Order: sequence, then C-alpha cells, then structure tokens
Amino acid sequence: MSNFFNKSDLTRQDADKIVSETLNNCDDGELYLEESKSESIMLDDNKIKRSNYSSDLGFGLRAISNEVVAYSYSNEISKDSLKKSSENLKSTLKSINGTYNHEIPKSNKKFYEDINPIEQKTLDSKLEVLNKVNNFLRKKDGSVKQVTASFAGEQKSIEIIRSGGEALTDVRPLIRFNVSVMLEKNGRKETGVYGIGGRQSYDDYLKNDNWKNVCEEAFRIASVNLESKPAPAGEMKVVLGPGWPAILIHEAIGHGLEGDFNRKKTSAFHDLMGEKVASEGVTIVDDGTIDNRRGSLTIDDEGTPTERTVLIENGILKNFMQDRHNARLMNTRSTGSGRRENYRHIVLPRMRNTMMLSGNQTQDEMIKSVDKGIFAVSFGGGQVDITSGKFVFNCTEAYEINNGKIGSPIKGATLIGDGPSILKEVSMVGNDMMLDPGIGTCGKAGQGVPVGVAQPSILIDKMTVGGTKL
Amino acid sequence: MVKDQEFLKSKASYCLDLAKKMGATDASVTVGHSISETVNFRNKSLEASDRSDGLALSIETYLGKRRSSISSSNLLDENIKTLIEKCFETTKITPEDEFNSLPDKNLLAKQISSLNLYDETRFENDKKIKYLKDLEESASSINQIINTESSFTENKSNFILANSDGFCDGYKTSSFAASCVAVAKDENSMERDYEFSSKRHLSDIKQATDLGNKAAKQTIRKLSPKKIGSEKISIIFDKRISKGMLSVFASAISASAIARGTSFLKDKINEQVFADTINVIDKPDIIKGMGSQNFDSEGVNSNTLQLIENGILKNYLVDTYNGKKLNLKSNGRSGGTTNLYFEKGNMSYEDLMKKNSRSLYITETIGHGSNIVTGDYSVGATGFLVEDGEFKYPVNEITIAGNFKDMFKNIILANDLEFEYSVNSPTMMIEGMTVAGK
Repeated sequence: MSNFFNKSDLTRQDADKIVSETLNNCDDGELYLEESKSESIMLDDNKIKRSNYSSDLGFGLRAISNEVVAYSYSNEISKDSLKKSSENLKSTLKSINGTYNHEIPKSNKKFYEDINPIEQKTLDSKLEVLNKVNNFLRKKDGSVKQVTASFAGEQKSIEIIRSGGEALTDVRPLIRFNVSVMLEKNGRKETGVYGIGGRQSYDDYLKNDNWKNVCEEAFRIASVNLESKPAPAGEMKVVLGPGWPAILIHEAIGHGLEGDFNRKKTSAFHDLMGEKVASEGVTIVDDGTIDNRRGSLTIDDEGTPTERTVLIENGILKNFMQDRHNARLMNTRSTGSGRRENYRHIVLPRMRNTMMLSGNQTQDEMIKSVDKGIFAVSFGGGQVDITSGKFVFNCTEAYEINNGKIGSPIKGATLIGDGPSILKEVSMVGNDMMLDPGIGTCGKAGQGVPVGVAQPSILIDKMTVGGTKL
Repeated sequence: MVKDQEFLKSKASYCLDLAKKMGATDASVTVGHSISETVNFRNKSLEASDRSDGLALSIETYLGKRRSSISSSNLLDENIKTLIEKCFETTKITPEDEFNSLPDKNLLAKQISSLNLYDETRFENDKKIKYLKDLEESASSINQIINTESSFTENKSNFILANSDGFCDGYKTSSFAASCVAVAKDENSMERDYEFSSKRHLSDIKQATDLGNKAAKQTIRKLSPKKIGSEKISIIFDKRISKGMLSVFASAISASAIARGTSFLKDKINEQVFADTINVIDKPDIIKGMGSQNFDSEGVNSNTLQLIENGILKNYLVDTYNGKKLNLKSNGRSGGTTNLYFEKGNMSYEDLMKKNSRSLYITETIGHGSNIVTGDYSVGATGFLVEDGEFKYPVNEITIAGNFKDMFKNIILANDLEFEYSVNSPTMMIEGMTVAGK
C-alpha cells in the first residue's frame, strides 16, 4: 500500500481538512490519490525493441453539486497544490449549494491479492520467455516472417478520502502477455494475435509453458487467414463463437446501458427500462466480482464495492450501470461502476466484466440450422454510436456457412447492427459460455479501462456483413 | 503558469548528468509541462469544469548498443535518481541492438525559427462559459434538437528535449479547442453529429454561433435514415473522413512498418501507388499549424517532404532507429507526420457531386477496419444517398469495403482543400467500392 503522506509537506490531517472544507456545501466528491508503477517489455523483429518502466503519482480532487462536476488534478502532491485545486473547484461551484451524502456501502471481500507483478518476475526471466516465443515461432514454420511478443505489468494503489475523513483503499495488479505473428505465403501476408492476462502474477498465467499455447493460437489464426477468401456483403445469419466475440454485447448494448447516457437521454435505451429488448433466454450481467479477472475491481474508483449487476433478465431490461453522480440524479444507487483511467480523468459509469449467460443449445445445432451465413470466431475490436444505436465489430477469424456446414475462411470484415434490436434477433443461445482470455480495453471519452467479456455461442438471425463479395 | 525553459532545462541537465555519472554512454531526456482547463456544457448550463496540471519526464539511457527507458510524472530529484538507477540497471541486462543510437549529430536541428505556435492569451473560464452559452443557444434554437453538449479546452505546454550529444531545445505551444455534439429526434430516429474547431491561437477559433449552428444542422439532416441495398457504388468522402485515408497512408509508410515488413506499401518506393493526379505533402513549418514542429521527437531537423509525387511514392517517414535498419537517413519523422495534406484536385465540389448520377456521400465511419498489413478496408458508415448532385436521403447501418491498393489508385479529389487540422484533405471520390446493406 502506498503512503501518500510521506512524500511532501502534505499531512493526512491537512488533506482531511482541505477535503472537508472544499466539499462542505457539495452533494458529493472526494480526493483521489493514485500511485502506479508499470512496465512494458517488447520483443519485435528478433530484438528487444522496448524496455520501459513508468512510475506515476498524482491526485484528483472532485466536487459535485447538483448536475455540475468540478475536477482538478495535479501530479504534485503538496499542500500548496491541493489548496490550489480546492480554490479552483470552489470558484466553479461558488453559486451552487448541496448536502454531502456521507453514505457509502462497505464490503470486506477482495477479488485479487495486493501484489506487485513487476517485482515478482525478474527482467531476465521475462526476456527469456520473449526469446523462447520468438525462436519457437520462427522455427515452427518457414512462413513466419515477423514475431512480436510483449509483457505489460502494472500495480496501481489508490486511496479515496471523502469529506469527514473516511478513507478507502485498493491495490490493483494487472498483467498482460501478448503474441503477434505475421505469416507470408505465395505473396500474401496475414497476422494473428493472441494474448492472456488478468489481476495475478505473470507466472500464474505462464505456468506449464502456457506461452506455447498463446503462440500456437496466434499462429493458427494467421494460418487460417492465409487461406481466406473475400467476405460476402449483405444481410445474413451469423453464428458467434463463445468467449471474446461477446464484445458484440459490450458494444451493442453495454455502452447504451451506462447511466450517464440514459440520464442525458442520449442513449437509444433511455426509455426502454422494463421493456423487452432481447429474445427470451437472453440474460446479461455486468460483474465486477469474479476473482482475478481483468475487469474485476474490489472497489470502484469512487470507493463503492463492485457487484454483479443484472442488466437484462430473460430479455427484459432490468438495470443501468451507475456511478454515484448519475445514480443520485436518477434516484437510484451506484452499482459500483464508477471508473476512471487514472487520476487525470473524471469518473464515468463503465463496464467491468460483461457477460451473456449460457442457454441450452449447442453450437452444432446453430451451424446446422444455417443455409447461408457466417461463423465468426474471433474479433479485433468494436465501436458504437450510442445515440443511433448502430454498432460495428471487426472479425479477425470467420468462416462462411453453406447448407449447415462450415466452409472456407473469409477475410476480415466489419459486421454492423442496431443495438436495441440485435438481441431480438438472437434465436439460439448456446450452453458453452466462456470468458475471454483477459485482453480487453474499453475506450470512452478518451479514457481506456481494462474490461472483460463472456458469452456462449449464439445465433443471430440477421446482421449485415461488410465484405466485398456481392 | 506553464513552467519556463530554465526550470525544464535544469531538470533535463540534472538527468543527463546523473545518467552519465552512473556510466551511461549516451542518454536523452524529455521534460514537459502542460496545463489544461476545460469547461463542459450541456443543454445550456454548466456541466463540468476540469483543470489539469501535469509534469512529464522520459529518459532513455544507453550503454553502447543497449538501451532502455523510463517515464514518470514525479520530478522530485530523489525520485528521478531512483528511476535513473533503475533504468540504467535495466539497460545493462537488455540485449544489444546494433541499430540503437542517438540521432546523427549533423541531422539535429540547429536553428529554431518561430512558427508562432504559442498564444499567451488567457481565456478565463467565465469567458469559456459565455462562449459555450452562445454556442448552445445557437445549436438548440434549431427545431428537433433535443440535447446539446459542448466543451472548450485551453492548453498551454512547454517542453525541453536534451541529449548527451549536446542537443538541448524546446518551445512553448498552445491550443484552444471548442466542440459541440448535438442530438436530434423525430418520430423515426434519434441521431447525433458534431462540429469542432481546434487552433493554436484563440482568435482563430470559429465563432460560437457558427459552430453550434453547423453541429445542429449536420445532425438534423441525418434524421429518418434508410438502409440501402448491397451494391457497387461511387463513394464521396466528406473532408472529415477523407483525411483519415492520409492517416492510414502515413502509418503504412512509417519506417517501422516498412522495416518490419508489415505494410502493404513495403518495397513500393518509386512506384505508382496513387492515381497520377495525386500529390501528398508533409510540411512541418506552417505558421500556427496544428502539426507544425521545429524538430522531431529525437531533435532531428524536419523539412517539407513530398511523399507522393504524381501518384509515385517518394519517401517513407524515417526515424533514427528504423532508418539505420533500412539504410536511410532520418528525415525528422520520429513521432510521425507534421502537417500532412493532399494537394487540391481540379474538380469543384459541385462537379464531383454530379460526376455520377448516383453516389453515396459518407460523413462518418465507425470501427477499426483498416488493415495496414493487407490493405483491406471495411468499416461501418453513415451518410447520404446523392442523386444528380443533390442529397436525397440519409443512409445508415451499412458498411463500405475495399482494399487501399485499389482505392488509392482510384482517388479523385475536389479543389476544396482547407488547412484546418494537422491532416487535411479535399473532398474525395472513389468509384466502384462495395457497400453492404440490406
């Protein structure tokens, strides 16, 4: 745990005093202190291309009154700097008055250990793994023309000080191991990427030479793509594989169910609470409480313990995801979804691990039921227009389906759909729910936060596939 | 106030001295300070204010051909000392790479001319509030607009780049940015669109009322969109999308992508990659330019580069490391392009719109559908169906797809180039792309 009060002239008592004074006439707010240590080591083109270590320290002071949020941050933790921030907030909120809400739920559950993953593995042994990856892949096949492998590790310590002196703390480890391989054959080049990670030590993910499995998967995806044909264009049936393809859910409905867009009535879902928004059998939750997952948090960035929030239950819209600010304005409670990338950013309601739960059909049944369509197994990333509800995601591994059988692989194509209606097109839900491998980062308003997704195989009756073949 | 050069220089030389003392054969350091103030409005009232004050330090230490780096926001001497020790310890065990080195001394920038990138005007938050009020009054006065959000950001930055070969320079920059997002609703749909203005000098920012009005008008014209069928069609890219083609092109000719072999433009130097009417230029010395710079992120002097001449690829974007790998001299593009643009074409916007009796005009794309390795392109899109030069109706939930290798050779540009951003393009037409819709 970081001690933020041995770094300068700022004492804990000073901080309490300034925070309480600043927030006296406000509805909510806090002082957020953060120290992070991170590393990034990358092998590329047969060489250790990058070896970087970062340390970051700073605070953000936030005051909220009515609908107005005033925020000020600095990476100088000192009495003077905190006072300056306080003055800045007071001047913004000078004519607005509120009553501070001291209530914040408590929990003593923790979803990961207080470790520093960077210190738990020596640099030498990280370099050794990266070199093994490079040699393994380059020896594997003559078509391997480029290999990139990387470690990214972080430990973030936070302390939240609320008006009245209440303090909440969390220490968050996070790691990611990634392999990318480019193959070239008959003049064609294709890449395959695979990664793993979460909130444990590197070796928890790399035991039993697990790096080999990561290499094999990246190589397999690239090999499949070397044989790919142009993707079809137009509306058709789409079978999504389990696990990572759940970024469909993240984009199509997850963002649209975040509290801020619904309070502002700019989300296509804002007037659909209690309505049927998905086929029966579709249940979606956003869960911050799964042990060691990338999207899990013991407390959110406002200090609220995270929870498992049911968003859609059997097709019916049940809850939005809330931070304290939007919850207060919508007369509900925070779901522990208030997150920020770091102390430089304001809190927004965000997803954690967004999951569609299993149904009882098999992937086989789905494929067999399709005359003409595609089977999408892996994706690169997605994006959504919250207001119109239109969303896209990009396939990185997909196949055509003809007469109930999986056919040739097809080139990467964008799939586009309409968020509020897509889940009504789900006609089969598989019994094979799977979590993603722990690699997702969600972007919103310029802030990236680690998230997870999960889903079983699903069949979507109609979706537009953006290929080139008419 | 943003920290002055003297303060940043003293930190930079402290770092260099320390690295040398520990045994580093070379080192380079960047120290920067930046202050930003943002005011956010929603539906004509104050929603948020945000002040940021940030220092940043990054150091690279070399031991012969070994290199590693650290970065931090904590500039206390004691912390810096700990970090440089750590950095140098890491350097010692990082394998050698023959291409690691500081830039060639004779390529370093020598004379720094003023590009007028800093406007010291302080635009107080009260004035930002007034600006945003006017902007949102104007946007929300338009029928069917149900929500407006806008923001004004003022930024002042200063930096010093120094290395152990004696380079030590830096300068202040400023930026002012105003933006507006509007939401409109009718019985069939809810739509969103935006407009923004971003400049080095406050006086060059668009009028508040004009900006609000434009955002609102661009939004309401998107209401009640239709989905069209899948077909081959000519696509007209609005300026705000056509400039994205230049960004894809820039990443495909970065020396790093070329050296790694992961670009569809590898080995295409001196070959025809665009239509022969196309010229692409990267010009670092535009006065008040959003992408202007005196030197690149390694201190290398950067001159104007003709990247594409009559459709032929003339230059890559070269930094020191990848340059050595490719046996090329750095051309001052470590950190990428500066002010990148297509030279304007010959055809007026009106003629371009009328060139085909039926075309699709794209105003927004979503998704990350540009593959630099293969050149494949597939993105979600919204826009308008154009018939006989006129917008007929809005279109959405479609994708457009093609391959950059073909697309680049079929680009036709209008003559409406303006220098608004760091990447600028005229309106663009590409014939015969695939649209996937119904």
